[in-house]
Amino acid sequence: MSQFKTSYEQDLRLATKRSDVFWYGLLLAVLLAIPFSLSEFYVGEMSFVFIYAIAGVGLMLLTGYTGLVSLGHAAFLGIGAYANAILLSEGVPFAVSLPAAGLITAAAGVAIGIPTLRMTGLYLAIATLAFGAIVVLVGEKWTSLTGGFDGFPVPTPTVLGFAIEGPSGVYYMALGILVLVVLVAMNVLRAPLGRALVAIRDSEISAQSMGINLAFYKTVSFALSAGITGLAGALFGHYVRHLAPDSFGILLSIQLVTIVFIGGLGSLHGAIFGAAFVALLPQAIALVRDDLPFGIGRLPGLEPSLFGLILVLVIMFEPHGINGRWQKLKRWFLAFPLHKRAAFRRQKTYAKTDRLR
Amino acid sequence: MDDFVRLLQLVINGTAAGCIYGLVALGFVLIYKATEMVNFAQGELMMLGAFFAYTFVGLWGLNYWLGFAMAIVCTGAFGYLLDAVVLRRVIGQPQFAVVMLTLGLAFIFRAAAGAIWGYDAVGFTTPFTNRIANLGGGVVLGQDNVSIIIGTVILCSVLYLFFSRTRMGIAMQASSQNQLAAYYMGIPVRTVFSLIWAISAGVAAVAAVLLAPVQMVDVNMGLIGIKAFAAAVLGGFGSIPGALVGGVIVGVVEQLAGYYLPAGSMELTSNIVLLSVLILRPQGLFGQVIRKRV
Repeated sequence: MSQFKTSYEQDLRLATKRSDVFWYGLLLAVLLAIPFSLSEFYVGEMSFVFIYAIAGVGLMLLTGYTGLVSLGHAAFLGIGAYANAILLSEGVPFAVSLPAAGLITAAAGVAIGIPTLRMTGLYLAIATLAFGAIVVLVGEKWTSLTGGFDGFPVPTPTVLGFAIEGPSGVYYMALGILVLVVLVAMNVLRAPLGRALVAIRDSEISAQSMGINLAFYKTVSFALSAGITGLAGALFGHYVRHLAPDSFGILLSIQLVTIVFIGGLGSLHGAIFGAAFVALLPQAIALVRDDLPFGIGRLPGLEPSLFGLILVLVIMFEPHGINGRWQKLKRWFLAFPLHKRAAFRRQKTYAKTDRLR
Repeated sequence: MDDFVRLLQLVINGTAAGCIYGLVALGFVLIYKATEMVNFAQGELMMLGAFFAYTFVGLWGLNYWLGFAMAIVCTGAFGYLLDAVVLRRVIGQPQFAVVMLTLGLAFIFRAAAGAIWGYDAVGFTTPFTNRIANLGGGVVLGQDNVSIIIGTVILCSVLYLFFSRTRMGIAMQASSQNQLAAYYMGIPVRTVFSLIWAISAGVAAVAAVLLAPVQMVDVNMGLIGIKAFAAAVLGGFGSIPGALVGGVIVGVVEQLAGYYLPAGSMELTSNIVLLSVLILRPQGLFGQVIRKRV
């Protein structure tokens, strides 16, 4: 069923099982081959999934692993996108502008992380919501920098003399950065930094009494999360090729939080499952739209309402998200005839007050 | 003198707008105090209330006051069912799951309202539409704004009497202070929670009908919820008078910023107020800080 552990190093390895290396390698090979076999449309959709997955991993580090909820992450996506696009149009090479976009966004993350250090839970969510709204409004008014409502065209990036353009160019760029970001996240999570973040999520007070500097680690978590989201933003800019400030508003923020919630809090798999789900849902709806009975497909608000409905159903019936469902399925097959219903029975919980802090 | 009259009018208009924010914030606070859930769909409940009122008064041509009452009852019943069917199931889940749940509900409500009533802004006439109240001294106000302020005062007095004088009101206070103790005293806590949701939805409907002479009814009117958040946070999120005072402050500051500061600052005001209160004084103006002992 599962393997026995014979050394401590086994717990620290990136791939805990031999078979993992094989399966993830196969997945990567398939993903690398996709632009040669599928049409441009699907390649574009896949790159969109990758971009959402990068942002999802970024938000997962903050929300899923540190327990800090941000309803303003679209602002970081926007800051990253604009930073990259503006630097490129100033003639900065792409190899510099992309990391710079990440660093600038990380700095923005620190700027919002430090004043909100004392806040947790709901208050932090509201504060980041306000922060996101302010960033969008500033972007709309500061027309000399962002172009305002006219939008901002994103220049084509060049690496080593090759222009990265077309759907497959963006695809490989997004895939490469996603792999990089996932590796960084995995390494962070098995390092003392990641353990500290998880400790903070589980109980701030006990983390503090173990000697974890809350202010420092929370700020680092914000910076890391914002920086990764900024990278996603830079790629998002190359994907849409024309930026407008109002596309980074509250709706996008909610979509990003939905990624981590539907995917399953506290797992990198979840971030990627959630990103695939959220990015592909509109296309899935478009495919079946004409076949739905009673003219449901022609209702204008179909997409957001389905989005909301799925969110509601996931939270009510599967709080661990797609990843939780996937783990259960895997366990069911592993233990095949001996499956026990009680293995995943939800423990009865009572509301714990958040008023005390 | 003109400056003074202008200032006075701005303040009164701001107070009227602030009363609406305060009423929506009151809905947040009632639910938060009792159940520790935060209802991000409060603005959408208000939107539903507005559409109910539009159906009764605008479409069916009923008397304004009758339509008003029916809108409150229908929205209240909707709030009760919402808690009984959906929210009761997520008790014990992390607070943020509830936030996401209500955000999802908000999307559904908006789409459902769009499917039923359409996406065009609609309106209906009220006894206060386009009437003017002359207060003397050159101060001229729309009756709509005055009706909002008076309506808010009446509603708050009724709520105050309800919470302090009736058995059910006191039972609600008890269950918000200590759920377990309230169970032991024989209070049906689940029903009480559902009733709280009903009251809070009813308050949202009152806000919607009071707002009707000033603003058209449309699917996106629930976005006012963000300003109401500023009001609730400013008042300390657990304090009922705080929500109203916070609402009035946000409304007045917004009007003054719109007049005296450059264009665009009006939309920023509520967010900046919200963020600075959270950073500088997270417990709000009227909030109390209780520290956890380990």
